[in-house]
Parts: sequence; structure tokens; C-alpha cells
Amino acid sequence: MTVKELAEKLGLKALSMPDGDREVLTGYAGDLLSWVMGKAPSDAAWFTIMSNINIIAVAMLRDVSAIVVCEGAEISNDVIARAEEQDINLLVSEKGIYDLCVELAKMI
Amino acid sequence: MSVPLKFHYDVHGEDFTSAGNASVQAKKALRQLGYDPNIIRRVSIAMYEGEINMVIHADGGSADIIVYPDYIEIVLADKGPGIPDVSKAMQEGFSTAPDNIRSLGFGAGMGLPNMKKHTDDMKIDTVIGEGTTITMRVNT
Ligand SMILES: Nc1ncnc2c1ncn2[C@@H]1O[C@H](COP(=O)(O)OP(=O)(O)OP(=O)(O)O)[C@@H](O)[C@H]1O
Ligand SMILES: [Mg+2]
Repeated sequence: MTVKELAEKLGLKALSMPDGDREVLTGYAGDLLSWVMGKAPSDAAWFTIMSNINIIAVAMLRDVSAIVVCEGAEISNDVIARAEEQDINLLVSEKGIYDLCVELAKMI
Repeated sequence: MSVPLKFHYDVHGEDFTSAGNASVQAKKALRQLGYDPNIIRRVSIAMYEGEINMVIHADGGSADIIVYPDYIEIVLADKGPGIPDVSKAMQEGFSTAPDNIRSLGFGAGMGLPNMKKHTDDMKIDTVIGEGTTITMRVNT
């Protein structure tokens, strides 16, 4: 499944999607950045409620397919700009992390 | 003998909006050199954790990547407070990060363990009141 398909199927809003054809192989949920850095698999969709600018570097360096900021957490414009600058897919949803992960699990 | 390729980055303390930028730049440089994505990822993760630690715990420092024929060396040097108990600091979950920094998602106490896990060799030289230099190696 691609990031674009993930967005369509889970009803996610794309704030930055420079690489919608990138494959999503699995998911990962977490908010502590160095935990994510150490444990998230590559090519995962990363579900989090963290929305500050540091998530962009983590996604870029850890090679996740997309960041999915859940639970309607606010995202500022500089975070979106940084995502575009670093070619990071940044998606948002009002839904909870659990619900989104359950839906993803049914699809992969 | 050819001179090894070097990349130097300054890391600014307490600047959380640009934290991680040096690692992002280093990753792009290594991509251009054509390294295997796995190697690049390990260097990036180890450097990122060290970079963030210098921002949070040491008021900044410098990061150097030195490319040798069969390994990549990462050197992170700061003039911060030093680490009083290195073996304790290396434990998963140990952190002295203050609450305002934890609210940004830092402070899991996983940075140093991540650096160890993703490199083939890691050496910490630290002197209280003078600073810390961490040297890591990833075999290529
Ligand atoms: N460069 C440094 N100078 C001084 N102290 C440091 C330095 N790097 C790490 N430390 C100390 O070691 C502790 C553990 O570091 P580590 O990176 O594992 O966790 P953290 O930075 O607290 O949290 P995390 O990395 O998970 O966000 C830190 O809380 C800090 O007390
Ligand atoms: Mg750390």
C-alpha cells in the first residue's frame, strides 16, 4: 500500500505529501522521540500525538514512510514547511491512535 | 595515502527548532556518496541522538563525520557539564531532562543506548565541568 492509498483509506488529511507513492509496510505508534528513533521500523507509518518541529527530523532520519499526527493535535505552519523542505509525508487525523492502528492492521 | 573526507557541523545549544539539522545534512551528504541505506541510517540515528544531547544537556557543541575507506567515524564534542556517571547514563530510561524538554518528546533516556546499539564502537570521554566527547564508528 502506498502513502496515498493509506491517506484515502484511513481518511487522513495530507499537509505535505511529496512522496505519495512511497510504500507503507507497517505501522508504529509512539511519542517519545528517541524511543521512536530506536524502535520504529523503516517504511512504517508513524502514528503520534507529537506535533512539534522535531518530528520532521526524526521521520527523515529514521526513514519512516509517513508521519500521521492523530487525535486532532495542532500543527503549526513552520512544521508543515519543514516537512515539505525535507520531503516528508505529513498526514493528520481527528481519530485516535488505537482506531487508526486497528484500521491499518486490517489492511496490511 | 588519500586524506579522509570530513564534514563539520556546529550545533547550537537550546535551539530546539533547528535541533537535528546537522544530522539531516550529514545524512544527505552520505546519500550523495552512495552508501547503503542501512549504513546511512545507523550513522544518522547515532549522530542525531548525540546532536540532541548536546543541544539539551551541553548548550551545543560540534559534530564531525569522517569518512575512512572501511568505516565512518562520528565525533561529537561539547564543553558542557560532563556526565557524572557514564554507566548510569548509558542505562535505558535514565534521563535528567527537565519537564519543559520532556513535553517536546525528549527525555526517554534512550539516546545513549540508541547510539550504542546503532554503532560498531562507541567511546565516551567526559570530564566534569569541562565537557564530553563521544566518538563512534560504523563499519562500512
Ligand atoms: N553531552 C552530554 N553532556 C552532559 N550530559 C549528557 C550528555 N549526553 C547525555 N548526558 C546525560 O546522560 C543522560 C542520558 O542521555 P540519553 O540521551 O540516553 O537520554 P536523554 O537525552 O535524557 O533522553 P532521550 O535521549 O531519550 O531524549 C542525560 O539525561 C544526561 O543527564
Ligand atoms: Mg538524549
